[in-house]
Amino acid sequence: MTMIADEGAQELRPRSELTAREVMREVGAVLRLSEAEAAKLGDLPEDPDEDQTMVINMGPSHPSTHGVLRLMLELQGETVLRCKPIIGYLHTGMEKTGEQLTFMQGGTNVTRMDYASPLNNELVFSMATEKLLGIDGDIPERAQWMRMLLSELNRMSSHLLFMATNGMDLGAVSMMIYGWREREEVLRFFQKVTGLRMNHNFVRPGGLAADLPAGWRDDVLRILDMLPERLEEYDILMTGQPIWRERLQGVGVITPAEALALGATGPILRSTGVEWDLRRDQPYLRYDEVEFDVVVGTYGDAFDRYAIRLAEIRESMRIVRQILDRMPEGDYRIQDKKVTPPPRARIDESMEALIHHFKIFTEGFKVPEGEVYVAIESPRGEIGCYIASDGSPTPYRMHVRAPSFVNIQCLPHMMRGGLVADAVAVISSVDPVLGEVDR
Amino acid sequence: MIAAVPMVDPVLDTDDWWWQPLAVVGLKVLVIFIIGLVGTMFMVWFERKIVAGMQNRVGPNKAGPFGLLQTLADGTKLFFKEDLIPDRADRMVFRIAPFLAFVPAFLVWAVIPLGGDFTGGRDGTVTWFGETTRVQLADPPVGVLLVLALSSIAVYGVMLAGWSSGSKYPLLGSVRASAQMISYEAALGLSLAAVLMTAGTLSTSGIVANQSSITNWHLLSTGVVPFVIFLIAMTAELNRPPFDLVEAEQELVGGFHTEYSSIRFALFFLAEFMNVISMSALLVTLFLGGPQPLYLGGVDVLAFLGPFGGTAWLLAKVFIFLYVYVWFRATLPRLRYDQLMNLGWKVLIPIALGWFLLLAVLQVGRDRNVGQTGYVVLVVASLAVLVLCYLLFQAALAVARRNRESEGAAY
Repeated sequence: MTMIADEGAQELRPRSELTAREVMREVGAVLRLSEAEAAKLGDLPEDPDEDQTMVINMGPSHPSTHGVLRLMLELQGETVLRCKPIIGYLHTGMEKTGEQLTFMQGGTNVTRMDYASPLNNELVFSMATEKLLGIDGDIPERAQWMRMLLSELNRMSSHLLFMATNGMDLGAVSMMIYGWREREEVLRFFQKVTGLRMNHNFVRPGGLAADLPAGWRDDVLRILDMLPERLEEYDILMTGQPIWRERLQGVGVITPAEALALGATGPILRSTGVEWDLRRDQPYLRYDEVEFDVVVGTYGDAFDRYAIRLAEIRESMRIVRQILDRMPEGDYRIQDKKVTPPPRARIDESMEALIHHFKIFTEGFKVPEGEVYVAIESPRGEIGCYIASDGSPTPYRMHVRAPSFVNIQCLPHMMRGGLVADAVAVISSVDPVLGEVDR
Repeated sequence: MIAAVPMVDPVLDTDDWWWQPLAVVGLKVLVIFIIGLVGTMFMVWFERKIVAGMQNRVGPNKAGPFGLLQTLADGTKLFFKEDLIPDRADRMVFRIAPFLAFVPAFLVWAVIPLGGDFTGGRDGTVTWFGETTRVQLADPPVGVLLVLALSSIAVYGVMLAGWSSGSKYPLLGSVRASAQMISYEAALGLSLAAVLMTAGTLSTSGIVANQSSITNWHLLSTGVVPFVIFLIAMTAELNRPPFDLVEAEQELVGGFHTEYSSIRFALFFLAEFMNVISMSALLVTLFLGGPQPLYLGGVDVLAFLGPFGGTAWLLAKVFIFLYVYVWFRATLPRLRYDQLMNLGWKVLIPIALGWFLLLAVLQVGRDRNVGQTGYVVLVVASLAVLVLCYLLFQAALAVARRNRESEGAAY
């Protein structure tokens, strides 16, 4: 095997150069399993000769690796024997950049991580900052409900994007357009609210950047009225389609124990039947006041993950309807002089307000010393934000626990023994966002 | 050369001026070549437009009226692009492969009756400019076999293209291609055999002449099943969705043509679309009476077109299938490799074989004049054989499954 590109330890190397432990990991054994279980997984029927296998690079530029994920697959015929995900092609040092940006500016940075659900990123960063500031209990009601509204709509748009890419990866090319079409409706609403389709920087420490625009309720209702019908169409095109089922059922199976050992969260964990949803199990915002079901699967296969996401769109719609009914009046951000810039009108009248405004956007606000970890349920699983502060206006260290990054660990395990076509289905069903993986 | 003309077209009168038959054949070659190219061009446009419509898009609309010239523009663009040959490629084979795919796609046109007057025992001949001839380039007695042979050659094009690229994805594509096309050729051939048996001839014009009215269409006279099998096998043979594993953009990037660029890629592209048209035409020829008119209330509604009526009917019927293929593409997800093989070997071939047996029995009964009781005996006996075969088949599958499990092939 000749190596042209070298990614160091990330490369898939010939079996002869590896220890038994490394081979086991690459064929998809889960480290925290018992010795016997791990040995069983590592125990290949026959150790194939090097000249019978082919190492193939899938990515970093490949139509179905969702951006720049690179997989090295060891194939025997079309069967995947080993798999190693190689990451870092989209690494832009966002966590390090986060240390240079003030807490006020941090939102622009984190929103670019999981670009399919930016509002969730901003939300978790803002919540972590608020917790450090000690103002997490004082966020106005309306801000909380608005955050929830945006978060749920973002979940819908993210899952709709999944519907599109999952369909496309399995060859149902029309699905790609349909998924995008529906997602676009949601994004259009975001654009109206935040000014941008993606990378909004709308959820900020202390509340939100602005109030909801006039007529927002009608816009949301229009989305809610349009979607159920379209989701029925998805059911016809995909859920009930025999080829679709054949392609997904029993593919990329993972058991609850394995999923937990690998740290998988979100739809991947729920597909195995583990009921774990931070919205219900560690309620944040006002999720304890709305009614929704945590959708779980049974078999832990790609079809379950697809079905869960489809059902979660419906659950999110249910939550959004409740939010519409209960959206309180009031302020959309905390009236704390420390973190809230003064209203626009005050700047014209008061010198102090002008200075305050200038200071808050150039220097930012100082955050007390301490460290904090806040986790919420993003469409991909548990997204967590760890911030250590040394009392300055910028974080001393910021780390984001990215669900995609952790979920990607499952790939070797899920792909083991599948065909190349299954590998594509598995990547798609994990639904990684590479911006978040590499950060 | 002139002596060869009667072999190509037996109806042609060679006693005329020596150049006349040659001119007729030459003209037909030219017309078919042009029609083939232009038809392919519009097929690409048609597909893009229909798929766009199904996907809420506009589709090509800039080049020419309704974007009709889009393919021409794309072709011109491709023609002027750099023709890359990978370092590790087998240069000779890499260069030849596109032609191996492209030429057979064209040649199929030669034996397809493109029109003609099949009424009143005219046997599909027309008299144009004093020459009595068929509206088809050649009518060899082995017409249908020629088509099968050509489609087998086309497999080489795809296979060699992938193999000679010296790259991994194309290699996987070519392995898939050879396995897929060879296995589906079996099902294709078996469903074809049903038609040939009913028609009693291999000549394409003979097959068309045999389907004089809708009840005689082989679609009905062979009992629909061969038609369905032919349609499915043909889709696989054409590498069209949902059987486009050979290209499988999402898995193999482009499959066998990943490394191809410029006009060589365009040749593969053209070959694929041309195959779609020519195989649809073959399907219509075999099962739907080709240029035979469909009498609605005893009237040929396209009779006013005169000698072009047959061609119009053929086009109308072919269009249905062109649309069906586009429809498949817009709707269905792709099958996986093993599922494709299962469908081919475990479903299509056994059914085609069984149905062929049944038709053969009926044919024998008809030929021998066995009478009603004879028929019953024959049918019951053949059904018994079929049931036996089915049971054996299931047993074989079960044994194979057990073996696989006991060998511990976890994969």
